[in-house]
Amino acid sequence: MDFILEALNYLLGVPIIGLGTDVGFVWKALLFLVALLIFIAYFLLADRKIWAAVQQRRGPNVVGAFGLLQSFADLMKFMLKEPLIPAGADKTVFLLAPFVTVTLALAAWVVVPLDEGWALADLNVGILYIFAISSLGVYGIIMGGWASNSKYPFLGALRSAAQMVSYEVSIGFVIVTVLLLVGSLNLSDIVRAQYEMGLANWLGVPQLTFLNWFWLPLFPMFVIFFISALAETNRPPFDLPEAESELVAGFMVEYGSSPYMMFMLGEYVAIVLMCALTTILFLGGWLPPIDMAPFTWVPGSVWFILKVFGVFFMFSMVKTFVPRYRYDQLMRLGWKVFLPISILMIFIVAFVLQFTGWGWNGGVA
Amino acid sequence: MNELLSQYLPVILFIGLSAVIGAALLFVPFMVAVKNPDPEKVSAYECGFDPFDDARMKFDVRFYLVAILFIIFDLEVAFLFPWAVAFGDVGWFGFWSMMIFLGVLTIGFIYEWRKGALEWD
Repeated sequence: MDFILEALNYLLGVPIIGLGTDVGFVWKALLFLVALLIFIAYFLLADRKIWAAVQQRRGPNVVGAFGLLQSFADLMKFMLKEPLIPAGADKTVFLLAPFVTVTLALAAWVVVPLDEGWALADLNVGILYIFAISSLGVYGIIMGGWASNSKYPFLGALRSAAQMVSYEVSIGFVIVTVLLLVGSLNLSDIVRAQYEMGLANWLGVPQLTFLNWFWLPLFPMFVIFFISALAETNRPPFDLPEAESELVAGFMVEYGSSPYMMFMLGEYVAIVLMCALTTILFLGGWLPPIDMAPFTWVPGSVWFILKVFGVFFMFSMVKTFVPRYRYDQLMRLGWKVFLPISILMIFIVAFVLQFTGWGWNGGVA
Repeated sequence: MNELLSQYLPVILFIGLSAVIGAALLFVPFMVAVKNPDPEKVSAYECGFDPFDDARMKFDVRFYLVAILFIIFDLEVAFLFPWAVAFGDVGWFGFWSMMIFLGVLTIGFIYEWRKGALEWD
């Protein structure tokens, strides 16, 4: 009986109306998810606005002031459209595909620390969890492409799957180099390590935190990670699966209404997750760029969101001015350029660390 | 609650909540939107033609090859993770053992490169 009460308190506790002593996990998680989805809505709008600005257009500017409510109008529109399942499609798998995409994209966020101690679940295998969940993302695409029973989606899904798994490998190697420096799989530890060691501390100016962050010592890996993240999330210039001039819209051709919206939502959630991961691994997570008075007044979560937006801005700019890759160039870049470079970098980083005895070693040494 | 449960219960709950949101988004239009299908609307899209045949056709074997290469290298990454975490403790012995392992894989990688497994034309 006590156990059940304790569990209910943990899950659904609401201190204000006298139920339990702590805010229940379910409420925290729901708040986090809703906030995340609202953020995604504005990231999507920002993407369209940036794209428009580069092309000297205004972008969406009708719904709400400056088009601020455009994403919500789009949501309503998708919800009211006729959902259509093609006659030849495998109905269960056809509907399961967007569901899997959205669920997995959202599920990865549980371990992301927005500030010191702000992760919903501070797993000590956090990065492994994100790596595993984002690997599963390819299932949504394969299922969607296969279940549609139409030629464009089928080809798009094959291409997309091959592309995603190719770049998954280089992302894995990049993560390993960061882990060599940190010695812990915990995402909060990775951020803390960027505070307690690094170039700024070594030079004796620990206030300049931005010199501590791993983007500097691991600069080649930072670049590889950024480009691989573009390819992994099927962003331009690597949007081969969608390549509208060849495959119309890739694996999404047969989708409409909210299943289509869910693919787009899943894609954007995954993109922002990749931005957050870049922030955590290379840009110091919630740490302020300079550890002095005006910068430390700003809360860590605000720094985190600002950095995520900064990386997202780079994602957007790449989309605006880089032409699409050809498929053979894409595979060549992944397997013949990034893979050898990252294996070599693992060797170099490990050798330097072993030779000099540097490294954070999970914070114990 | 024991430690394992208290660490992973939030994750399971969060995945459950994500699934609820996903399911809600998926089923709303089936409840509220008009449904008016006709044979043309539900046929597979193929540039204005009627679809010729089943779309699940033969495809290039290189997609299989990429998948197999991915398994090899992803396993390699899976082996590197614990090594990287314990790197401060394993010393030069640990360093060279992993480098020999990486070297063996690199030989395989060079072989498949020379064989043309990575060529797309």
